[in-house]
Amino acid sequence: MYSNKVLDHGTKAQESATQVTLQIDGSNVTVPAGTSLMRAAVDKGVKIPKLCATDSLDAFGSCRLCIVEVEGRRGFPASCTTPCENGMKVKTQSKKLAELRRGVMELYISDHPLDCLTCPANGNCELQDMAGVTGLREVRYGYDGENHLTGEKDTSNPYFTFDATKCIVCSRCVRACEEIQGTFALTVQGRGFDSKIAPGPTDFMSSECVSCGACVQACPTATLMEKSIYDQGQPDHAVVTTCAYCGVGCAFRAEMKGNEVVRMVPHKDGKANHGHSCVKGRFAFGYATHKDRLKTPMIRRKITDPWQEVSWEEAFAYAASEIQRIQKQYGRTSVGGITSSRCTNEETFLVQKLVRAAFGNNNVDTCARVCHSPTGYGLKQTLGESAGTQDFDSVDHTDCIIVIGANPTDGHPVFASRMKRRLRGRPGTEGAGLIVIDPRRIDLVRTPHVEAEFHLQLKPGANVAVLNALAHVIVTEGLAKEDYIAQRCDVGEYAKWRTFIALPKNSPEALENDTGVPAAQIRGAARLFASAPNGAIYYGLGVTEHSQGSTTVMAIANLAMVTGNIGRTGVGVNPLRGQNNVQGSCDMGSFPHELPGYRHVSDASTRALFQAAWGRPIDSEPGLRIPNMFDAAVDGSFKALYVQGEDIAQSDPDTQHVQKALEALECLIVQDIFLNETAKYAHVLLPGSSFLEKDGTFTNAERRISPVRKVMPPLAGLADWEVTVAFAAALGYQMPYSHPSEIMDEIARLTPTFTGVSYAKLDKLGSIQWPCNAGAPDGTPVMHENEFVRGKGRFFITEFLATEERTSRKFPLILTTGRILSQYNVGAQTRRTENKVWHDQDVLEIHPHDAELRGIKHGELVALHSRKGDTALRAVVTERMQPGVVYTTFHHPESGVNVVTTENSDWATNCPEYKVTAVQVTAHAKKSEWQKDYESFSSSQEGFLPGTATRGETN
Amino acid sequence: MDGTKLVHMANQIAAFFAAEPDRNVAIEGVATHLKRFWEPRMRREILAMVDSGQVKGMHELVLAALQGHRQNLQPAP
Ligand code: SF4
Ligand code: SF4
Ligand code: SF4
Ligand code: FES
Repeated sequence: MYSNKVLDHGTKAQESATQVTLQIDGSNVTVPAGTSLMRAAVDKGVKIPKLCATDSLDAFGSCRLCIVEVEGRRGFPASCTTPCENGMKVKTQSKKLAELRRGVMELYISDHPLDCLTCPANGNCELQDMAGVTGLREVRYGYDGENHLTGEKDTSNPYFTFDATKCIVCSRCVRACEEIQGTFALTVQGRGFDSKIAPGPTDFMSSECVSCGACVQACPTATLMEKSIYDQGQPDHAVVTTCAYCGVGCAFRAEMKGNEVVRMVPHKDGKANHGHSCVKGRFAFGYATHKDRLKTPMIRRKITDPWQEVSWEEAFAYAASEIQRIQKQYGRTSVGGITSSRCTNEETFLVQKLVRAAFGNNNVDTCARVCHSPTGYGLKQTLGESAGTQDFDSVDHTDCIIVIGANPTDGHPVFASRMKRRLRGRPGTEGAGLIVIDPRRIDLVRTPHVEAEFHLQLKPGANVAVLNALAHVIVTEGLAKEDYIAQRCDVGEYAKWRTFIALPKNSPEALENDTGVPAAQIRGAARLFASAPNGAIYYGLGVTEHSQGSTTVMAIANLAMVTGNIGRTGVGVNPLRGQNNVQGSCDMGSFPHELPGYRHVSDASTRALFQAAWGRPIDSEPGLRIPNMFDAAVDGSFKALYVQGEDIAQSDPDTQHVQKALEALECLIVQDIFLNETAKYAHVLLPGSSFLEKDGTFTNAERRISPVRKVMPPLAGLADWEVTVAFAAALGYQMPYSHPSEIMDEIARLTPTFTGVSYAKLDKLGSIQWPCNAGAPDGTPVMHENEFVRGKGRFFITEFLATEERTSRKFPLILTTGRILSQYNVGAQTRRTENKVWHDQDVLEIHPHDAELRGIKHGELVALHSRKGDTALRAVVTERMQPGVVYTTFHHPESGVNVVTTENSDWATNCPEYKVTAVQVTAHAKKSEWQKDYESFSSSQEGFLPGTATRGETN
Repeated sequence: MDGTKLVHMANQIAAFFAAEPDRNVAIEGVATHLKRFWEPRMRREILAMVDSGQVKGMHELVLAALQGHRQNLQPAP
């Protein structure tokens, strides 16, 4: 259960314009209409006993412990389900109430094992508390009656246990799974005394459960309990911090014992997650103390040499001397750096500062290059700011949702739960409409109590065609919001776009061949979206990772503008960011052409500002982007690279080209918590620190800056920001900060959208959505409210151009790639946790028809060939796929999925086209040559680590 | 750097701007994009290709942009 040190209001807060005043135990209290008596009492400082109620769930009224007396009413109403009314007089304590409550408790306790002293929940158990509060002294029925004390313990889930003997059947878990998570995995089976909680007919592990932990958090007893509490006991203090996995950016209480994290519990006041989490953030933090963590700096001359452990000073001195030697020999622009979307804003800011000020060039890029760079470009062009327009809460006010190229239930699980709640609707109200545009039948298309009105199952690569067709229908059927456009958008550009989009070639019928979607479906979807009072678009990497990625982002912005859906709550363009700090790393000036705050390096006044602050000249020319760095390395003009917390060797496409580039470098400096794939090509290894070991901030997909707090000392002695500071000093460039808050102060001084941000304000508000400045001192939940950041919204002509990656006789299938829930990105963290039980290898999903044609059986190793390379994976035969399309993930390096992907990229940003590769799949495979080479290279590199010749990827 | 690859990338940029009805705006769009996003060695290389007549396979808007906006696109030595 949630820590009993945190106040539980019993029922949810209500929003209402009407206030009601009543008397509780003789004193007046005024609350919004709809508030329960229980919550109003808590506001007054009176805690009414309760068991089945908790403030994260709708009141249910089953335990009858919370009864009260209301003057002039008969009986004893339950305070959790009774709303406050004007003039009510409520009594929460009386002799009769005490007697009745004791009776209820007596029944519960007579069927409960009395092993409190050895129970893991001891000290943090509501049942225990209630026995105390109600003054239970004896159990008249004895303990020998019929009971449930012989029930079995279900330990199948790696992170929590279900001990049925302790269950009081309050159904908080069932309701949490339904209301909060939206998975509906749990049920109450049987009736009356026989009723019990069950995850369907199986155990937890084989059920529909996605291990989000909401039920564990809701359970008032030890029935559902984290295994870490069994092992380590109850935590004694807590620190609020932010999840380091995905772009939802959930706030957590890291509950600690000394320097050890006992459990992570989503923070109720977290504005991104409101007390919910997924399996990664809540449970998969064990990697932080995994034995594979690098703890000592290391250097070597050649990548065929064993590593030599050195002091931090020696490592910095060597790295700096190499950078200086290389710049002297090959020129100022022969070196560069890569910032990390997993590191904090402050750390990212420092790496780009180091490159621009100490290296003296703009060769800095970030892994957002390979995911959301088209978002930055496309939204800046059309709306004027490289960021999503809404906060997550906005979805509660949406009437129709388009999800395109995103799989929120796997990629952004906590937001997906939120979205599903809106799609289901509140009891008695209708849910929002849903249009899914995706080549795969993602879970959202049909999940319990949610069904998409339209699933436009397009061919991979046809996003622009589908979006153009939707816009065509809207424009030609007179559904465009002309008033909004006339007022808010550049009318000249709109007229041009309107002419283009109305052309018959953009009709759903004309494009049917390209999209693969029946025209009638597109017409229906367009009408649904255009007629919704509030329509919102959510998208992910299925939009950006295409050769027309930037065009697609612009087409999304066009669609939002033409339907008048930007600038208020409930609407908007919402990129779902992959990694925790993708938004932040872009904001912090990680792109080679932009200084922090998205200001182009060619802008003399911005440069002057930074030059004055940093005391070094700033180059006015854009630097190399990651793929350009690789090309320049192969070409011989790029020789050294400093990579902080990224694994380009595994995550970037066309692995063999990347390997060639890394091998061509004379000095590769890698800063990471593990010996990742890139580090195997490095000359200097600087141990990184996990999010638990440093202070800083992350910025999530809704532009929310949230604090990251140090809860334990860095394992290798230095936090990542300190490493960059010391490296710069070794290069003769001083960045004398004593705490990350000073770095944020510098960011605020130099960036107009951040001027109001400070650690003090973050402490006060919890989190802040930028822009935060004089005009918006508490931040900006919804952007472009009165006008677009660029002034007038700009429509762009988005001609559909098919990708050059075509299927052929030799490569007749299209491979598309994605993510799964339990693993994160390259998997370096999640593979080192129990999450591996859900996904111990990458698999290839293939439609039964394609499988049969090739004689492929479920579970067998199949070969995957493309024009770029070959690899082998196990096949999963599934109807989620459409015929002709296969799918996989890249969470495991040995699967070599990126050996197969191509160097094709987005026209504007070079974001790789991960989503479309022409392939062939054949049965009866063995490991590919690349995989064999990888294995031997990888094991020899692991052998080069001092004293770790036997170290493998086991726990 | 690999000239074929540079031409391919430039052609992709041209293909986007080709949808623009006003040809001058399209040429300007290509030139501005190259100036704002291409690192000097990339621009230098593709300009050198134009100079030495290696323009086979180059989108006509790319060629027009490189020739018409040469001064602006040529990086300082
Ligand atoms: S498992 Fe916990 S939350 Fe669920 S019914 Fe039993 S006691 Fe209540
Ligand atoms: S862990 Fe989450 S998904 Fe699993 S049963 Fe509990 S609430 Fe449902
Ligand atoms: S949804 Fe994302 S941010 Fe939230 S707990 Fe899961 S991984 Fe962490
Ligand atoms: S807490 Fe109100 S009925 Fe259980």
